[in-house]
Amino acid sequence: MQPASVYDSAQLIPHALQEFKEALKYRHLLFQLVRRDILTRYRRSFLGVAWTMLSPLGIMLVLSFVFSQLFNQTRAYPAYILCNLMAWNFFAQSTTSAMNSLVWGGGLLQRIYIPRASFGISAIGSGIVNLVLSFVPLVIVMTLTGVPVRITAAFLPISLLLLACFTLGLGLLISTLAVYFPDVAEMYQIILTAWMYLTPIIYPEAIIPAKYNFVLRLNPLYYLVKLWRLPLYDGRWPTWGEVWPAVLIAFGMLLVGWLVFTSKSDEFAYRV
Amino acid sequence: MNLPIVSEPIKTSAKEPVTDPEEAVHLEAVSVRYRVPSERVRTLKEYFIRRLKGEVHMRTFWALQDVALDVKRGEVFGLVGVNGAGKSTLLKVVARVLRPTKGRVIVRGRVAPLLELGAGFHPELTGTENIFLNGALLGFSRHEMQEKYDQIVEFSELGQFIDAPIRTYSSGMYARLGFSVATASQPDVLIVDEVLSVGDEAFQEKCAARIESFRQQGAAILLVSHSMPTIEAMCQRAAWLDHGSLKAIGEPVQVIRAYRERGG
Repeated sequence: MQPASVYDSAQLIPHALQEFKEALKYRHLLFQLVRRDILTRYRRSFLGVAWTMLSPLGIMLVLSFVFSQLFNQTRAYPAYILCNLMAWNFFAQSTTSAMNSLVWGGGLLQRIYIPRASFGISAIGSGIVNLVLSFVPLVIVMTLTGVPVRITAAFLPISLLLLACFTLGLGLLISTLAVYFPDVAEMYQIILTAWMYLTPIIYPEAIIPAKYNFVLRLNPLYYLVKLWRLPLYDGRWPTWGEVWPAVLIAFGMLLVGWLVFTSKSDEFAYRV
Repeated sequence: MNLPIVSEPIKTSAKEPVTDPEEAVHLEAVSVRYRVPSERVRTLKEYFIRRLKGEVHMRTFWALQDVALDVKRGEVFGLVGVNGAGKSTLLKVVARVLRPTKGRVIVRGRVAPLLELGAGFHPELTGTENIFLNGALLGFSRHEMQEKYDQIVEFSELGQFIDAPIRTYSSGMYARLGFSVATASQPDVLIVDEVLSVGDEAFQEKCAARIESFRQQGAAILLVSHSMPTIEAMCQRAAWLDHGSLKAIGEPVQVIRAYRERGG
């Protein structure tokens, strides 16, 4: 038996800290939620989890076919796309699923107590599992297109950590908004589409005219996706000047998202 | 969608030394206020426009008002009242689902909520997988669930079905598994909301026996029921809630009489 813990609603622990402690305590739940996501996503499909690897591959094929003439300056264009798509899909899918699981699965919050950030954190966990699986097609495509995997790939855990922090922060922020305004869920899909085209994902960074460079500089995902692409596709270590903006953006977003989410999370059970 | 409800900002009362350790549940002047916008504002744009014009009208109502009660270890405490009297809100306050707007709630130890059995079950997963998922929702580790696994399967009487996806279960099987997981270990506080109508009569007796053994081992039990005979037979004390306020508290017989004469 666990030691008898006392719950006192009058205790004045800051919400942000309290939620962090609870999430640690419920780490088994986070693991189970990730497991549930992975197990159920493709349960009824014939190819099962293989789709996690096949779908980015399919999208890459389509995009390569459509844009290869346009961007034929880009070396190993399919590898370039697939590499960027990995980071982008992780971000787009995890934030969307964090939001949806809170808005649609939030009924659970009205029935039993669980840390409210569980859905958001487990969405990131599932995203990481999918991302790791999609290394299989990536390495194949890189080998076929003559892009070697270099030792610089050792930097990827840091890139992923930063991307995951940003994704969790934004996921919690839009989850909070979507609880109050369900329209946000629809709006976000449009924003994502625009955001993807504003980020060098399917086109090389170099095609942006110098006078529009500020658009890139204002886009947090530009730094984060680039930090993912450099050690993998470009095969070089990122410079300090490329790392620090990403660090700032990632932890800043996480802090903002966590604070906003936890300050409102006591109200969620009244709303969702 | 449910009613759009907003809770009030939480005002916490001063901290003071915690009271009698024999009280597993302690409620002190607990009030819960819901705020319901008179019209639903669904979009951000609409919200901001109305906010600027000062047009977001809120109707507030108190789901609980100044409720003070305690449940001691080894006691079954009954709650009666018509629908909408605040019984479920009170259970949610004890289960930590809702934080009270005012007042203070103290709960000692682990709470097992039998509010909706099988909340969080996933239809595509098998019984076994759902046992671990549901256990984690209740705060248990995988290791703890492995220890309880055999006993859960046996109590649920599901046999071979435990390896089938839960969507193939009948509603009775579903509830049986939910009950078995939720009560797999001795809780300090058990919250029971009209769920004793699980499965057939034999299974219901098993459930009642398990709840009784929890009580004997010192669990505090909070029971909501619309069946007066159940309240009278099972509870040591009871309370009648009406429009969020306690109208009577004490001996079940007297509380039920008061409820029937003035309320029911």
